[in-house]
This record gives sequence, structure tokens and C-alpha cells, in this order.
Amino acid sequence: MAESILEIKDLKIQFQNGKHIVQPIREVSFQIKAGQTVGIVGESGSGKSVTSLAVMGLLPDRISSIPSGEILFDGKELTKLKEKEWRKIRGNEISMIFQEPMTSLNPVFTIGQQLSEPLKRHRQLSNKEQKAAIIKVLKQVGIPRPEQIIHEYPHQLSGGMRQRVMISMALLCEPKLMIADEPTTALDVTIQAQILSLLKKITSKKDRSLMLITHDLGVVAEMCDWVVVMYAGVIVESAEVNELFDRPLHPYTRGLIQSLPSNNERKSKLYAIQGQVPKPEQVKQGCIFANRCPLAMEKCFQESPPAFQEDGHLSKCWLQSSDEGVVR
Amino acid sequence: MASSIPNEPLIPEDDSLAFSQKTKAAEFFTSLLHSWTGLLGVAIIFILLFLSIFGHWIAPYDPVKTELTAKLLPPLTDGHLLGTDHLGRDLLSRIILGARISVIIGLSTVLIAGLIGTVIGIISGFFRGWIDIVLMRLVDVQLSFPFILLVLIINAVLGAGLKNIIISLAIGGWVIFARVIRSEVLALREKDFIQAAVATGVSRFEILIKHIVPNLFTPMIILASLQISSFIIAEASVSFLGFGVQPPTPAWGNMLSEGKDFIFSAWWLITFPGLAIIITALGINLFGDWLRDTLDPKIKGK
Repeated sequence: MAESILEIKDLKIQFQNGKHIVQPIREVSFQIKAGQTVGIVGESGSGKSVTSLAVMGLLPDRISSIPSGEILFDGKELTKLKEKEWRKIRGNEISMIFQEPMTSLNPVFTIGQQLSEPLKRHRQLSNKEQKAAIIKVLKQVGIPRPEQIIHEYPHQLSGGMRQRVMISMALLCEPKLMIADEPTTALDVTIQAQILSLLKKITSKKDRSLMLITHDLGVVAEMCDWVVVMYAGVIVESAEVNELFDRPLHPYTRGLIQSLPSNNERKSKLYAIQGQVPKPEQVKQGCIFANRCPLAMEKCFQESPPAFQEDGHLSKCWLQSSDEGVVR
Repeated sequence: MASSIPNEPLIPEDDSLAFSQKTKAAEFFTSLLHSWTGLLGVAIIFILLFLSIFGHWIAPYDPVKTELTAKLLPPLTDGHLLGTDHLGRDLLSRIILGARISVIIGLSTVLIAGLIGTVIGIISGFFRGWIDIVLMRLVDVQLSFPFILLVLIINAVLGAGLKNIIISLAIGGWVIFARVIRSEVLALREKDFIQAAVATGVSRFEILIKHIVPNLFTPMIILASLQISSFIIAEASVSFLGFGVQPPTPAWGNMLSEGKDFIFSAWWLITFPGLAIIITALGINLFGDWLRDTLDPKIKGK
């Protein structure tokens, strides 16, 4: 088995709001192996983006803290890094693709100027080499006429084009890990498909790892090797992608899969999981999903379930406990 | 624009750069030609600049030469197009030379006030925290003072004269720049592209210099162009009240001040300098409005 490039162990993240402390990430552990694409799935507010920001060291430094846990990247512990050391990693070894391509490029600089920035920072290249590298990476992401595009401003490009530019910026320094935070959410469906196949093409090469944050299970099925399902700051299930779709163990995952609209049968009503993700400060005792769970038992409201593991398929649900009898 | 139709570059690369720049400048001028208010503003500004540079050669008479035999002549008599004042000085020549004072004061005050205000606004908006609180309370205190009163007090302390009126107007006027620039910076620092830049490993200082400051040019230019006219008017008010530019140097404000004693007998003495102030302020404001509409993408509806 390949070595893991990113390993998160028992990560907890706190935000301080005045005297009020909230903990959006309760306990998160997972790993990404070299060359793997790992999908992080969950509703809005489940802590996906906060986790990814922690990996980039982009949490707002005044109000957030990591009371315990480790983020190991390539064997290095990231949570204790200084700002200066972070800068060497950001854009160079870990890069990020953001959700909103329309606003993620600086409107006053040309595409070429913006793409040369990470190169200037992390590589010693002459201007000519820089330009060649930029044009090469733009060709790689399927941008036509890259020689012209580098002289254009962001507002002259369409949303899909800008997302390609963002991906090329993330690719420039050949990072070991890329984080894509809902890279296709802001795009229309046809462009989404293009961007996804582009990401797939990119990650199929070499040992590029991708952490794909999404709430779209269709995207996950298409792209990922491994899936981590998050709910209210906790990982409730994590498994290999086929295993997860064939045999979802946690009622939350089942609910997510069930609520996908299917295109070959027209249901009278779409399935929806009732209720909302609890706010970080609302969770008291018991299973975090208990109040929305259709299968909740008495035990669920009293004790928080441990992680049950079976052939690497992890799930946090009392239903997996041998006392209760495995429900399939 | 960026559709994927041609795969081969149609135009050689360097030409394409020149091409895109040309179209941008051309776009700017077409937009000017389409707006008659903008055009009028530009025309007035050009006349003003022309008068302030070449005023000495254009003025038909010496503006400070008194000729008591020809005092208080009404307009269009004895070759005095706009008449003469109570000391027999030619009004037209004085108005032409007064333009220079207005231009000097307008430009240099905006430059100084703009620089101070912008730097303070950037510091305040970018670093936040206690420094922001201190600076903005300072701005609040100053804004609670009437502008003209503050300028008069500073001027009274410093003494009259061109240099001092510029200093006092700048001290009175930087707060607007600080406020506007601070709010721009506050909005900018939360933008996605700033976070995207941080994610590529850019340091905090470089974020400020390379990513935030260039985005401030547009609001700075717009604000400066709109503030110039208010500074010119403020100078005229201060000179009218007897501070500021001292006679016999011709400035529109002190011409009004001298003319007010003759308001019933010689109407032209306050009418024409007053008109000059109105037209100047109007022209600069029209230009500023047009500039804002052209440069501000939010108003452009983009």
C-alpha cells in the first residue's frame, strides 16, 4: 500500500467568539495516500471547509485554535508551524482550488501576472522559463490560445475558463496534495462535467493526491477512491468508494444516497433528511445524528457511539455494535 | 471572448497585447464621447488648466495694476470686457489669474489630503484591532467639527497665505479619504482572491502591497476628482472670510470679498468671480461623476 501523504489524527478545532467557544470540528481522523483522491462529503455546516482550511493553515489566527490533534503532511506536523514555514508549503506542496472562480482571481492583474506569482515565490526561474511553465500548465488544463490568455484580465474569461485558470494555478508548482473546495458548485452542469473530467485527468497522473470537498455524491462516485462522510464536525463513516455506495452503514450516509434524484425513475417526492445539521454549540450528549435519525434507539440519545471498523470500513453508529445486531 | 473556437493564435502574441490595450483606451474615449456631461466637464477642466498655465500671456491687463481714474467701470466699457473693480483693476484679467490659485490649491490639497487619508485608511482597514479604533475615533472627532470652522481655526493659528491655506485644507480634508479607503480595504481583504493569494504562499505584507493597493486606484481617483471641487470652494469661502489668500493676489474668494461692499452699485464684481467658482466646481464634478460611472464596475452594471 502506498504511503500516506496526509494524515489527520483526532483533530479538534475551536473558534472563540468573545467569551463563547464553539467547536466546529469535534474529532476528525483520516488519511490520504499518495495518488489517492479522497472525497469529503457532508451537508453545509458539517465542517468540511474548516477541515480543509486547517490543512492549508488558513484558519483565522486570532479566533481559532487547535486544542488537540495532529495534521501530518508528508511526515511533517503542520499544526505547530510558524507563518513563515506555512508560506513555503502553501501553493508549493499543498495548493487549493476554491469554490468561486468568479471572485477568486484579482480583477486588476492579467492571468499571466497572477500565475507567475506562485512561481516567483517558490521557484527560481527566469522570466522566459516562467512564461513557458505557465503556458505549459495552461495547455494542460485545456485552455485554448494560452499565449493570448495570459495577457487577458479575469473579467474577459468565462466561469469555466476561470476555474481552469484556478486549477492551473494550483498545479503550477507540482504540489503533492491539492485541495478542491467544491470546485464545481458555482459552475453550470456542462462546465461541471468538463472540470471534473479535467480534475480526473490531472489526478490520474503521477502521485498527485486530491482532497475533494463536495456535497454532491454524484461527483464523489465519479472522482474519488475513498470517501469520508462528515456530519457536524465528526466523521460518521469512511470507506472505499464502491463499498460505501454498495453497503452504506450509517443512516446519515444512507439518507444522503437516498436523497439523490435518480434519472430513471420519477419519484413522486424527493427524499430529504428531516431537520438540520445541529450548530456546534447545540450538541450535548449521545449520537450527533440521533435527533434526525429514522432508526434512532434509546441508546443513541445517551451515549455517543464509538467508531466500528470492519475491513477498513469505518462507521460511527450503534447499529454496527454486535449487541444490537448488524443491520444491512 | 474566451470561447474555445480558434485553437491557433490568430494574431501574433505581442500585437495582441497592443491590440487589447488600444481597445481599452478606445473604450474609455468612446464612453467620454457618448456622455455630454463628461465632455463638458473635461472641456471646463482643460480651459481651467490652460488659463492657470498661460494666464499671464492671455490676460489683457496687468491684474494688480491699479488705475483709480477707471474704477468701477461696468462690463464692456473702455476695452474692459468684464469691467473694473474699485481700484480700477481689470476684472477679466483678475479672474483669469485667479484660476491659477484655484488649480494650485485644488490639486495640492487633494494630493496631500489624499495621501495622508489613504495611508491612514489602509492601515486602519488592513490591520484592524486597536490601531483602527484609535484612528477612526480620531476621524469621528474631526468629523464632528464643521469643516470650514476647523480650516479657519488652523488657518488662524498658522497665519494667512497660500502655503498655509493648503496645509489647513489638507488637515481638514483627509478624513473623507481615510473613511472611504478604510471601507474599501475592509471589503477587499475579505475577498476570495485575497484568500486565494494567501493560499499560494503570499505574505501578509505583499497581500497589502500587491493585491489590495492596486485595487484602490479606482476609488482613489474617483474620490480625488470629486474632492477637488469641494476644496476649491472651501478655499474661496476661507478667502472670502478674509483668511487664506491675501490681496492683492487675485483669488476668486477674495475678489468676492472685496466685491461684496459694492454689491448694489457694481453687480459685476461679485457676479463674475462667483460664476467662475460655480462653473469650475460644476465642471470638475461632472468629470468626477463620469469617471465614477466609467471606472466603477458596480455602477456599470457588470
